[in-house]
Amino acid sequence: MKNLKPISAHKCVGMALLAVLAASVPRGVAVRAQQEKSNQEYLKISGEIGRPGGRLVVSLRAEPKTLNPVVAADAPSQEVISAMQSDLVHIDRATQLTGPALAKSWKISADGLDYTLKLRHKLRFSDGQPLDADDVLFTFRVYLDESVHAPQRDLLIVGDKPIEARKLDAYTLMFHFSRPYGVAERVFDGLAILPRHLFEKPYEEGKLGQLGALSTPANEWAGLGPFRLKQYVAGERLVLERNPYYWKTDAQGNRLPYLDELVFLFVPSADAQVLRFESGETDLISRLGAGNFSVLARQQRDYTMTDAGPGLEYNFLFFNLNNLGEKTPPDLARKQKWFGELKFRQAVSAAVDRDAIVRLVYQGRGAPLWGPVTPGNRRWADPAIAHPARSLDRAKQLLGEAGFHFTEDAQGEPELKDAEGNRVEFSILTSSSNADRAKMAALIQDDLKQLGMNVQVVPLEFRSLVERITQTKQYDACVMGLVSFDADPNSDMNVWSSGGNMHLWNPSQTHPGTPWEAEIDRLMVAQLTGTTAEERRALYNRVQEILAANQPMIFLASPDILVGAKKNIGNFRPAVLEPYVLWNVEQLYLRSDAGIASR
Amino acid sequence: MTARRNLFKWIAALVALHGVIACAGFFAPDDPLAQDREHPFAPPVKLHFRDAQRHLHARPFFHPFRKSASALDPYVEDAARSIPLRFFIAGAPYKLLGLVPSRVHLFGTDGEPLYLLGTDGYGRDQLTRILYGGQISLLAGWLGAGIALSFGLLIGATAGYCGGWGDEILMRVAELFLALPWLYLLLALRAFLPLSVSPLGAFLMIVAVVGTLGWARPARLVRGVVLSAKERDYVRAARGFGASDAYLLWRHILPETSGVLLTQAAILIPQYVLAEMTLSFLGLGVPEPAASWGNLLGNLQQYDVLVSYWWMYLPALAIVPFFLAYLGLASALQECMNTVGAQHWRGQE
Repeated sequence: MKNLKPISAHKCVGMALLAVLAASVPRGVAVRAQQEKSNQEYLKISGEIGRPGGRLVVSLRAEPKTLNPVVAADAPSQEVISAMQSDLVHIDRATQLTGPALAKSWKISADGLDYTLKLRHKLRFSDGQPLDADDVLFTFRVYLDESVHAPQRDLLIVGDKPIEARKLDAYTLMFHFSRPYGVAERVFDGLAILPRHLFEKPYEEGKLGQLGALSTPANEWAGLGPFRLKQYVAGERLVLERNPYYWKTDAQGNRLPYLDELVFLFVPSADAQVLRFESGETDLISRLGAGNFSVLARQQRDYTMTDAGPGLEYNFLFFNLNNLGEKTPPDLARKQKWFGELKFRQAVSAAVDRDAIVRLVYQGRGAPLWGPVTPGNRRWADPAIAHPARSLDRAKQLLGEAGFHFTEDAQGEPELKDAEGNRVEFSILTSSSNADRAKMAALIQDDLKQLGMNVQVVPLEFRSLVERITQTKQYDACVMGLVSFDADPNSDMNVWSSGGNMHLWNPSQTHPGTPWEAEIDRLMVAQLTGTTAEERRALYNRVQEILAANQPMIFLASPDILVGAKKNIGNFRPAVLEPYVLWNVEQLYLRSDAGIASR
Repeated sequence: MTARRNLFKWIAALVALHGVIACAGFFAPDDPLAQDREHPFAPPVKLHFRDAQRHLHARPFFHPFRKSASALDPYVEDAARSIPLRFFIAGAPYKLLGLVPSRVHLFGTDGEPLYLLGTDGYGRDQLTRILYGGQISLLAGWLGAGIALSFGLLIGATAGYCGGWGDEILMRVAELFLALPWLYLLLALRAFLPLSVSPLGAFLMIVAVVGTLGWARPARLVRGVVLSAKERDYVRAARGFGASDAYLLWRHILPETSGVLLTQAAILIPQYVLAEMTLSFLGLGVPEPAASWGNLLGNLQQYDVLVSYWWMYLPALAIVPFFLAYLGLASALQECMNTVGAQHWRGQE
């Protein structure tokens, strides 16, 4: 997904927040929250009991742009911030369910519009300043302020009205939604609570955006996360140290985190990250490609490689179905006649060898897809979606029914022509920085050659690719991938809604262009406010069936989440939600002194 | 005469090498674009002459691969099966020299895939792609050198023959071109040209770019030869008899440059093959799925390929005999010219 970061970074936070899960969740959470009452201050979490001390080194693909959670939009910034900040309610990356965080419990009013959250008592920011309801109120004021341009803002607007926050007492807050929103506590995940004592003055002066440069002195920065800022060496590394005020303990009541230091090295290429990990310079590695994963797994030195199973990334091929009206170039108009033909898209789908994609692109570490919901997302996959095997005969039959015919060229190779006798030729765009998708496109090119289609694969720099798809709309077809960030349909709201900017085949429509797109719009809105899990699942199943029937995207495959860690790291439990390996960083520890002493 | 014998030796070697590449379809066992999706990154098969009973066979055979359970080391030789190699066997259709349709291959098997040099990530036969890739790379070298030499001849002859300020300007420009860091210039030039082009378009573009950049050195050499040739007595005599400039150039002066041009060609062709490889290696040259030596090596840019599949380095080895032969030819030509020159002068004495 590295490729999608430029556009989806703010989306990802957003999507994680938007999500609403099954209605059965609050009951379970309520029970857990009750248990927490015995310990007023700290959250006790299960897991191996670790040993304190030591330093963990991980690499980042790029230098974070900022430490400020209000303006962070790039993945490295978000990864670093997630180790330094905390939210009120948190989605457990392992169970994919919400659990108490800074809020020790919450209650939902009978009409589903009011949420009453109780904060843990006597918590302190990493600089020792106390946390109370005013910090939370201030936080929401900042996120909702239009002039701040916080990427999280969109998600706090439900039914065209922002969520209203009100302080009941120093540790109790009430949030009012203008419309029922299912289990809306997911909204709080990823919303870092800001230290008012540091942020208020710059905010009033309108300088909030400049806050949080990496060069900020360590004593002028604070958060509620397990680690706090220690040192920044430009172009090289960012060092975080243990936050002594952190509010979680292990099962025996020892204060977390175990580690003394967390170091992020800036290592710009994936291959260089592998080399650093191989040589022992870094302790953890994630976002591995299948090839590099095999290299590391084959060597098996003092690290363990883990295939965490299919993630939430879905890759697909789509055609240009935009209606550009009179501005359509004649060449594209001719091709859009084919692309708009459902049987043409179905034929392409039937001809694509998904198993080969999994085998050749992911070395078998992935899953073929016929819909947007990956096997990693167990709750939402529609069992009724068919998984037809590859069939060139079926593809040819479909093309025949749609008025195409086959001829042979001088060499006896098949040529597909449309009813007017035009050779079927088009190009597929891919991002030049993503070898996996380029390979998928090359396999599709060969698959379609067998149908007599002449396909060119055109690698483009990612930014210009996105511009072509969303702005100029001058392209034929494209291979791309997206991630459903928290395994909930809401994370794909702007993909399936016809007005969404990620509705890639025809983005940002003012009115749905086809009846089935209108139907999807209706279903997506309905599931957004649906209150029971069954109701929402039925609605989203219908969306998946409409997508399968109309093939606006031809779904290809989903890669596994591949990670690795040194053998002496305890509590290492990779998840398929981001951050894959650092989500439980407060629990990670080094097993032996050897690992600590060698540093 | 050893110099001449030496020359013929290198020419024979080059003809043989180019013959193999030109008839790639015949020597290659497979189609360069055919993907065998069951065998990505299959290692080269081993040819055997001796079977398990230690009997010697005249006809080589190999054990095909079977999939192993381990995802990390997926190919195991299936010793139970032995597939004999067949010669002059019908296989994938191709056109000999781009003209004669044929299906006969030098060697192959009955059905079972044969990967003498392994396969790439799409399960395409490396040997086949190296042979076909050579066609593109070598042709780029030839055409590029042809363009560079034509420009060099034209500009060098003009500068040398006309002299004066025109000579000055042309030679200063040539020096400028010589001083340019050519790799960065190639990259910069390529960046100006459209990014997405058909394989043929990309090929012609590379040839044009490489060729037009390389005229400076041959132009300077040609100019030197022309400068000395135009002062020769027989040229002056011809001019005295009223020969026109065009006649003088054509009849007396340009023939003098042939030796220089041939030597230059022998040096420039491998250099331009390398230029094509550099561009294609960087993904700016001939695009997939067409094969060229550069984009075959481009696979090595991925770390996992670099450390896992040694046979992906083989395209680099393929160029060695070619470069050796071209450099041998260049020095043999030089040697020949020296002897011819010496005789020439002796003759004059």
